Amino acid sequence: MSQAFRLPVGGRIRRDEPLEFTFNGRTLSGFAGDTLASALLANGCRVVGRSFKYHRPRGIMAAGAEEPNAIVQVGRGQHAEPNLKATQVELQAGLEARSVRGWPSVNFDLGRINDRLGGVLAAGFYYKTFMSSAGSWHRSERFIRRAAGLGWAPTGSDPDRYESRNAHCDVLVVGAGPAGLSAARSAALAGARVLLVDDQPELGGALLACRDTIDRMPAKDWLAAQAAFLEAQPRVRVLRRCTAFGYHDHNFLSLVQHDLTDHAVVQRLWRVRAKQVVLAQGAFERSLVFPNNDLPGVMLASAVSTYIRRYAVRPGCQLVVFTNNDSGYQAAIDWLEAGGQVEAIVDCRDDVRGDLPRTAQSMGARILTGTVVAGARGRSGLRSVEVAPAAGSGVARQKLQCDVLAMSGGWNPAVHLHSQSGGRNQWQPEPACFTPGNPVQAAVSAGACNGVFGLRECLAQGHQAGQEAARRWGFEPAFDEASEAPAMQSGALMPLWRVPEMRGRLAASKQFIDYQNDTTLSDLRLALREGFEHIEHIKRYTALGFGTDQGKMGNINGMALVAEGLGKTIPEVGTTTFRPPFTPVRFGACAGGDVGDLYEPVRKTPLHEWQVENGAPFEVVGQWLRAHYYPHEGEDLETAVCRECLATRASVGIMDASTLGKIDVSGPDAETFLERLYTHDIARMSVGRCAYGVMLGEDGMVMDDGVMARLGPERFYVTTTTGGAANVLSWMELWLQTEWPDLQVRLTSLTETWSTIALAGPNSRQVLRAMGCDVDLEPEAFPFMTTRTARLENEPVRLFRISFSGELAYEINVRSDRADFMWRRAMAAGAAFGITPYGTETMHVLRAEKGFIIVGQDTDGSVTPVDLGMNWMMSKSKDYIGRRSLARPDCVRPGRKQWVGFRSLDDRTVVREGSQLVQGDTLEPPVPLLGHVSSSYFSACLGYPIALGLLNDGKRRHGEELLAVDAGGGRTRVRVVAPVFYDPEGERQHA
Amino acid sequence: MLLIECPWCGPRDESEFAYGGEADISRPIDPDALSDAEWADYLFMRSNRKGENREIWNHQHGCRRWFVVERDTVSYAIRATFPMDGEGRSP
Ligand SMILES: [Zn+2]
Repeated sequence: MSQAFRLPVGGRIRRDEPLEFTFNGRTLSGFAGDTLASALLANGCRVVGRSFKYHRPRGIMAAGAEEPNAIVQVGRGQHAEPNLKATQVELQAGLEARSVRGWPSVNFDLGRINDRLGGVLAAGFYYKTFMSSAGSWHRSERFIRRAAGLGWAPTGSDPDRYESRNAHCDVLVVGAGPAGLSAARSAALAGARVLLVDDQPELGGALLACRDTIDRMPAKDWLAAQAAFLEAQPRVRVLRRCTAFGYHDHNFLSLVQHDLTDHAVVQRLWRVRAKQVVLAQGAFERSLVFPNNDLPGVMLASAVSTYIRRYAVRPGCQLVVFTNNDSGYQAAIDWLEAGGQVEAIVDCRDDVRGDLPRTAQSMGARILTGTVVAGARGRSGLRSVEVAPAAGSGVARQKLQCDVLAMSGGWNPAVHLHSQSGGRNQWQPEPACFTPGNPVQAAVSAGACNGVFGLRECLAQGHQAGQEAARRWGFEPAFDEASEAPAMQSGALMPLWRVPEMRGRLAASKQFIDYQNDTTLSDLRLALREGFEHIEHIKRYTALGFGTDQGKMGNINGMALVAEGLGKTIPEVGTTTFRPPFTPVRFGACAGGDVGDLYEPVRKTPLHEWQVENGAPFEVVGQWLRAHYYPHEGEDLETAVCRECLATRASVGIMDASTLGKIDVSGPDAETFLERLYTHDIARMSVGRCAYGVMLGEDGMVMDDGVMARLGPERFYVTTTTGGAANVLSWMELWLQTEWPDLQVRLTSLTETWSTIALAGPNSRQVLRAMGCDVDLEPEAFPFMTTRTARLENEPVRLFRISFSGELAYEINVRSDRADFMWRRAMAAGAAFGITPYGTETMHVLRAEKGFIIVGQDTDGSVTPVDLGMNWMMSKSKDYIGRRSLARPDCVRPGRKQWVGFRSLDDRTVVREGSQLVQGDTLEPPVPLLGHVSSSYFSACLGYPIALGLLNDGKRRHGEELLAVDAGGGRTRVRVVAPVFYDPEGERQHA
Repeated sequence: MLLIECPWCGPRDESEFAYGGEADISRPIDPDALSDAEWADYLFMRSNRKGENREIWNHQHGCRRWFVVERDTVSYAIRATFPMDGEGRSP
């Protein structure tokens, strides 16, 4: 198909690079430099989608981020991306795009029937459906989702790659129109490091469609000179196709950049910290509200100019302009220059005398002053408009033939980023728009986004803003002067929020305010009739300003009409909150490279390689990968764990315990310091002694536990849980630095410096001997709960005789770079004893048989050491963090949950962890929950399942029978028992 | 993303820091001298002020020092940062 609406000359498209693409399955052509929207218009595609609720045919209205109608799905398969605006999709060879709405097709849409049934889907439809009978939404949902059509997301993971980068600059300039370019130049000349970002593929903003002169040269030449200058500056970085979408605290902004040049990365998220920010994003033109103002062919006046001048597309033959200000005349001028016919310029003002109207008139355009478009007519596209007097004056009611209506209701400065930064906006009666109030961060707005619309003024303000930003950051501005454009006379805008009501069929026609959500004037009026007054409520009730355009086109009209309905002023009604993102951003861009394997750091112990070689499946604990178990041929988890448990208790097992947190606490006050943080008596520990320690929060609840060893009078070696290592170090530092800075203590994390190999079982001593241990291992010389430095396999190590299994056991601490060597030697030395490597699962079973807790599994921040039966290790002769709280009424009340064991009555069923404990069998509500099971395993050594948990008043309930009920409804009868199942006297660990 | 001036390292992104709550809450010298209500007040009650606040932060992924930040809880503006026991420093 030929590009029937493409002008023979002009525009910034590259005619030597023709591109083919498809839209709704049709193959079309365009040029490099086109957007999908301009190419569709060039090909005469008037209907590009269907509206959200009423399924009315819709065409392209705008040329930028404010486009409400041309919502498309681009790409296919996993690369498909829904809900893009055709005005923001750069045309590429082979691009595949479809309308997201329109079923079965955009030209024949069954949903159109909604248009006739408008009353059913009026304002508050969703609200009422949700709030009425419970099933209502569920009944309607499938129909509504299919009919509404919001594009479809690919179901698999995103195959595209993203990255994120940090950047710092002295001056960040957002927007490269006349104001932004001037600001970037003057800031750069002052010596500042400048970052200039613009969402378009080429710099220029409004200048890309501008016919004026700047510094006595055509705007496009000036633009080329500015771009060349900025590119040549070593301290200036220019980012094209880059949208600043979030303005956060302390001048931190997020930008997303589309990268079409490097297909390895499709989008890049920039996190920018700017010393100063110049906001120069321009303004969005306002639509006008009149009956059938959504017919394909009704466009923003500035968009008409942009399509003609930038893309060389004149989207029709006969034009009517409808405006309340001078800027609308530009469309007529451009249309005439492009060889089109202008039927009339309809201006609601009586008094028209600016430069642009004069030019249009001199070119032969008919101007109807004091007149409005009372309504538009046509079925699948605009055929004619009806004009009528605005008030008393104006021409008589009559019909004008046209296929394009260019409307301009004035301009809305893009105050989005200013608002996100925390700044307020103020209403300017002249020219009837919100402009940024005082900045609350180090920012300044310039040009159209600051409510200044003349080219000359934008250039001057941008220049000044750039100098000012540089000066505030300590740079001396250079003596450069602002670029100049000829002065222009323009008449005042006359606010026009809706047209006078007409009699006849047009009176019943819909007047759209928010096109993307199909919010009409009558919806707003309905909301007001139903008593909604606050703009945030009206927004949610009518959906005004929702959707991917976030009300960029319709919001101000909506607020003005709400103000009219409430008899208030626009500033009294106020705006809704502007939140990031300015335009939709892909989740992929936010995630960047931190996906899949890179989502979270993975920590591997120095013994990882051996574990992989020996087929261990891994369990993630904190960020560590820990060997879960070591299956032999044909074994599953259960059989492997049974074998590992039995072998360890019968002979000797070996485990990698390197992930335990290790902190060296040294200094003259180390003992005093630890006394204050742990519950047991530290002073009583002689050098070489180990002790089990529990750390409480100040609220008295168990926070962490571990074994500590006294290595010297002023030196302790403290271990923590795997998951708690970082928290414990921070906790220690908090108290040392904030509360007790007088204490002389040094803390050093040694978690990764030392690796820990645990040997457990009656033959562990024999294995150490076989490894050539040079210290006396006899129980009298090296008793339980002591530590020795030693040499094993001729390597220096530290041995701890401690036990988490209840067996005779040792932990070998060895330099991490020798850990693999030491482990392999232990395996060799232990071969004669059938040494059995075991993983975390067996470790859990062995400790549960002994009733040892795992902090974070068996405790949850609401458990005191008293609840756990640890009174024996709580000093009565000193104060420590949390001690006072143990005397609080809630901590001493009877009936607290206490640590107990459970046996399944059938001696077969392993109760599911998390099961709730209840009394009786009926489960008739209300069922008091008496406690829960936190650990549960099959004990191979005992031959039956064991469980542990917390139970109201548990210590006094030993012997009681209860019912354990799991989340799946499974029920097991259990008996409450003491929480130690194996070797209650603890003889084995003292062997 | 706040920009926080660590008194030792200079201005760094908020993501390097951990928030530690309200500043100037001293642990009672003799906890046993306090009634349950007084102890609960130390333990649980915070002023949660709107506006100027003094709070402690830890430069967790940096020098690991705790320090005081004077921050406005409405505007999030940081007026000054101090070492735990020292002179203020304006950002
Ligand atoms: Zn620091």
